[in-house]
Amino acid sequence: MASIRELHHQLVKKECSAVELTQDYLKRVETLEPKLHSFLCVTADRALEQAKQVDAKLAAGEEVGPLAGIPIGIKDNLCTQGIPTTCASKILQNFVPPYESTVTAKLAAAGAVMVGKTNMDEFAMGSSTESSAFQLTANPWDVERVPGGSSGGSAAAVAAGECVVALGSDTGGSIRQPASFCGVVGMKPTYGLVSRYGLVAFASSLDQIGPFGRSVEDIAVLLETIAGHDPKDSTSLKVNIPNYASLLKPNLLKKQKLRIGIIKETFGEGLDPVVGQAVMAAVDELKKLGAKVKEISCPKFRYGLPTYYIIAPSEASANLARYDGVKYGFRTEEAESLMDMYTKTRAQGFGAEVKRRIMIGTYTLSAGYYDAYYLKAQKVRTLIKQDFERAFSEVDVLVCPTSPITAFKAGEKTNDPLSMYLTDLMTIPVNLAGLPALSLPCGFDDQGLPIGLQMIGNVLQEDVLLQAAYAYEQATDWHERQPEIGE
Amino acid sequence: MIDREQVRKVAHLARLDLTPDEEEKFTTQLSDILEYFEQLSELDTDEVQPTARAIDMSNVTRPDRLQPYENRETILNSAPDRESTAQGDFFKVPQILSGEGE
Repeated sequence: MASIRELHHQLVKKECSAVELTQDYLKRVETLEPKLHSFLCVTADRALEQAKQVDAKLAAGEEVGPLAGIPIGIKDNLCTQGIPTTCASKILQNFVPPYESTVTAKLAAAGAVMVGKTNMDEFAMGSSTESSAFQLTANPWDVERVPGGSSGGSAAAVAAGECVVALGSDTGGSIRQPASFCGVVGMKPTYGLVSRYGLVAFASSLDQIGPFGRSVEDIAVLLETIAGHDPKDSTSLKVNIPNYASLLKPNLLKKQKLRIGIIKETFGEGLDPVVGQAVMAAVDELKKLGAKVKEISCPKFRYGLPTYYIIAPSEASANLARYDGVKYGFRTEEAESLMDMYTKTRAQGFGAEVKRRIMIGTYTLSAGYYDAYYLKAQKVRTLIKQDFERAFSEVDVLVCPTSPITAFKAGEKTNDPLSMYLTDLMTIPVNLAGLPALSLPCGFDDQGLPIGLQMIGNVLQEDVLLQAAYAYEQATDWHERQPEIGE
Repeated sequence: MIDREQVRKVAHLARLDLTPDEEEKFTTQLSDILEYFEQLSELDTDEVQPTARAIDMSNVTRPDRLQPYENRETILNSAPDRESTAQGDFFKVPQILSGEGE
């Protein structure tokens, strides 16, 4: 499957037009969707309209950027003006945003062609995309299995070639874990690097938007397009955005004397041995490429999961208070009073996982429990952050498995929320510390399911992270394997 | 850890109308999850400052300037129910006050 660079070349050399390219991808979507269900809505008209504009520019001899004419999938929690944005929830089923998110506006300005809105766990709460109120997305490597979550639709669509790249959001692993399950590259940037204006809020101190692609270079191109300060997001950082893709050069690790740390604590109980072996083999490869490798201890890492499952639901319970059936979205038809309308609208509009998290969050924030739970979790968050600070005083990049297991079967964990939460064990501490991290393919298990390597960088070190990932990717061919469904 | 009465109380605070089945399920599941949180008490955090967000930032402010909004109708039309009267445009909700005085 073609990269952004190859497609850009074809478009500029007029070997194909943006409209033709878009039609090809729309056709692929039409063929694959009955099996995959990656998209909640396919925006063919808007896509062809955007492609026409790119062709007009090319015909006029205008210079276009690398994303011009490139088909992209957008997670359905990013507001798109005039196009439904549902968060895979019944409560927003009929919501058509009156405004456009900053990231999708930037992509449109860059000429990217939006193919559709991708399926997700309801309000991004989940690790398998099974909590979507509308459909189950299949893993392209084995349609009986989940694509991971919450950005499962974006990951599956990219893996199967329904689009070239996609956007997701990552609150506790929602980009990296599905990237790992679907064998693609996915990145969560530093908290504040990408504007969240128009991203439907889940846990505001953790949420971040990031790219999916089939190669490190593709996500670098996407990241440099969406990153940057935005006055409309008060958590957005005022920093210069490097030209990430131009920094990807061969033989960098040796020149940079890159120091890599293996997080010791992630190789314990619950880790599928095949995953552990693949990650250790990747570490050996990085050593061969010139990196200096040492073991690093992050003793508080394992407290990340309980900390996260206090902080994220607490913030979610506040953020989701706005869904009351008054100004937009779903409203119950059975209300006799205002209070009745609130409680029934929310009861009928939210699914089980969202209700569960609202309940947890409301409890942990309620009078008498705040200090014991929320405040305690915020303090442990400091300890986890300090672990990372110590680690980054010794190394440049940390590595560990993205997920302790490969993709599991649909339905396997839906009745046991805690076992589902455990699949995010290794991605969650990164969000708590606000760090950038990515997942890239580093092997396959004996059932042919992809394994992901997680690389974590220090604050705003996206360039270092992408360079390290690029070096590994160039030396291996895992990213070239494709699921049979896409052939 | 949490009993059914507490689950009802929390559901009321969260404005969620739970079915008896949901109440029962959440009582068990929330108890399990709260028990899982207990491991945090192993850590001594008396001297630790809380982290509210990972990347430190000072307060961001901007002048409070009035800006006309062009999509007013779109916003009003997004509402499940609306009504326009001589007093203006409104989002319409079920009766708030009881029938007294009518």
